[in-house]
Amino acid sequence: MDRTTLDLWVGIFVAAGVAALVGLSMKVGNLTSSNLGVTYSLHADYENIGGLKVRAPVKSAGVVVGRVADIHFDDTTKAAVVTVNIDTRYHFDKDTIAPIYTSGLLGEQFISLLPGGSDENLKNGDKIGKVQNALVLEDMIGKFLTSKASETNDKKAE
Amino acid sequence: MSDTIVEINNLSFAYNSRLLHKGINMRFPRGKVVAIMGGSGSGKTTLLRLIGGQLAPSEGEVRVDGRVVHQQSRDEVYRMRRKMGMLFQFGALFTDLSVFDNVAFPMREHTSLPESIIRDLVLLKLNAVGLRGARDLMPAELSGGMARRVALARTVALDPAIIMYDEPFAGLDPISMGVIVNLIRNLNDALGATSIVVTHDVHETFSFVDYVYFVSNGVVVAEGTPDDLRASEMPFVHQFVHGEADGPVPFHYAAPDYRQDMLRGVNV
Amino acid sequence: MFDRMNRGLRNIGHRFIDRIWRLGSASRFFFYTLALSGESLRRFHLTVREIYFTGVLSLIIMLVSALFVGMVLGLQGYNTLQKYGSSDAIGVLVALSLVRELGPVVTALLFAGRAGTAITAEIGLMKATEQLSAMEMMAVNPIARVVAPRFWAGVISMPLLAALFSMMGVFGGYLVAVPLLGIDDGAFWSQMQASVDFREDIVNGVIKSFVFGIACTIIALFEGYDAPPTAEGVSRATTRTVVNSSLAVLGLDFVLTSFMIG
Repeated sequence: MDRTTLDLWVGIFVAAGVAALVGLSMKVGNLTSSNLGVTYSLHADYENIGGLKVRAPVKSAGVVVGRVADIHFDDTTKAAVVTVNIDTRYHFDKDTIAPIYTSGLLGEQFISLLPGGSDENLKNGDKIGKVQNALVLEDMIGKFLTSKASETNDKKAE
Repeated sequence: MSDTIVEINNLSFAYNSRLLHKGINMRFPRGKVVAIMGGSGSGKTTLLRLIGGQLAPSEGEVRVDGRVVHQQSRDEVYRMRRKMGMLFQFGALFTDLSVFDNVAFPMREHTSLPESIIRDLVLLKLNAVGLRGARDLMPAELSGGMARRVALARTVALDPAIIMYDEPFAGLDPISMGVIVNLIRNLNDALGATSIVVTHDVHETFSFVDYVYFVSNGVVVAEGTPDDLRASEMPFVHQFVHGEADGPVPFHYAAPDYRQDMLRGVNV
Repeated sequence: MFDRMNRGLRNIGHRFIDRIWRLGSASRFFFYTLALSGESLRRFHLTVREIYFTGVLSLIIMLVSALFVGMVLGLQGYNTLQKYGSSDAIGVLVALSLVRELGPVVTALLFAGRAGTAITAEIGLMKATEQLSAMEMMAVNPIARVVAPRFWAGVISMPLLAALFSMMGVFGGYLVAVPLLGIDDGAFWSQMQASVDFREDIVNGVIKSFVFGIACTIIALFEGYDAPPTAEGVSRATTRTVVNSSLAVLGLDFVLTSFMIG
């Protein structure tokens, strides 16, 4: 085969391969949606983060506004310190509450940001004061069972 | 510049702990065509590889242009090989390249000549072997004799000072053989090169070489000009030159006495 | 009896040592190839030519296999997911299996069978017909001129082939899920995009196929270069290429996956 035809075929092959890679990233993967651009970071301390993972979404009103950047355990306060990166386009005030929610009954966990009423906004490196721990399914079931049990005990006592 | 371009001094070579050469001495004078002859399996081809630096001797040395080959660095060996050409037994043409590209290969690898000059040089070399018209064929389309000639054109592409031939006549018809004989002699004289021909073809070889070494059992058993050897009374040379079945090289592989062997029966 | 056991043991030991020895010479071959890669990158048309033979010529078998693998994944996945009432997640299942595992692994296995054997046979025959020796005597290093361009061609081709495989597989899954099984088009893509992560899944898949590319190509080249120069030697080497490449790919896949997940 002459060299130019060969080069042409290889060119087509490489172009198709690169296109497939880009296609995978855009169409199949979440490269476009996870692209946050410039971010600033905030911290929050939780007693229990449940199954929260690094890179889990941070949502406000259901829209992804950032991602969990780091999770570590603080030995002095015995709390989980979660660092989140928030897109600089979005601003949250100092009274913002940051509960950990679960999407669906068994879905992935994410941090939700519920705006408060303060006039001052959180800046890079600030700490979110008001948090709400993750709901742990086992705890809930446990509570439910004990309350049921005490109910039936009460009924028996009557 | 000494008269000897390649010399082999007291060379021993063992292959898989089997001693193939036991102290060989040879001289190859500039401008001559020298043949190395011997039976099959006597390590003639290995000698060529030792000269080309593809193998290192167990003892002794090979000197090319006064320098010991196996003591040079890899780069230096490669530089020395640019002055050597080797024609392999079946040509060893690159099967994925055309005749033209095969001959152009060493030029493209070692020179930065423009394509127009390479074309002229390739056609010159192909013309010398009479195959200018076959430039666009692939090696698979060539006959054995033609392939050998193309390989020869490739071997001399960079005008080497030493040309080595490994069994150049193997499997050729008489006409092709005659063509190769003429080419070896003419190319050698035209290029002012030195040729080393490894072969066991007595009659063809004696007709054109200047000097002959006979190798047997790892040593040089006889040497001389073709005329000397033809007249030689040495039993081995006599047997080899006249192609006799039995002699110093026995017809029978080493075995116990035939009669005793038969009488012993099957119960060992 | 004791003698036979002794001989058997010695045989096993001998084969074990032989394997280790071959592993050593293959590694040396690999580093040697890397060290002599300059020429194949400087004269890149040598590598481009080999990309044609390893990459472009493997394309058809890859794409057809990918289409079927994707379609089977779609059917099987639908069957299982339906029992849990989550057949919408079929896109996730197809995409994740392909991008993370099947894309790189099946591509590498097909590559070993299609391109790897061709490389081994070609190099083995070049050796058997003294073409490599001839090259050496022409002061051209066959590792630099023959081996290195094929190596880089394999390393470049494999991730591209794997990406095309995954893409085609997702398309095959789509064909089964949406027109055939009636899954909602939007749900198929959006669920997939929500669950397939660029860094965790796609980049890791590309890393895998890159590593497989190195392993498969170097095994094929080494087996060819190391083959005894006879017809039987070359045919055995070709078989060994498929066996060793497949084992290497599956073993490396486990190691890489455990690194990536752990």
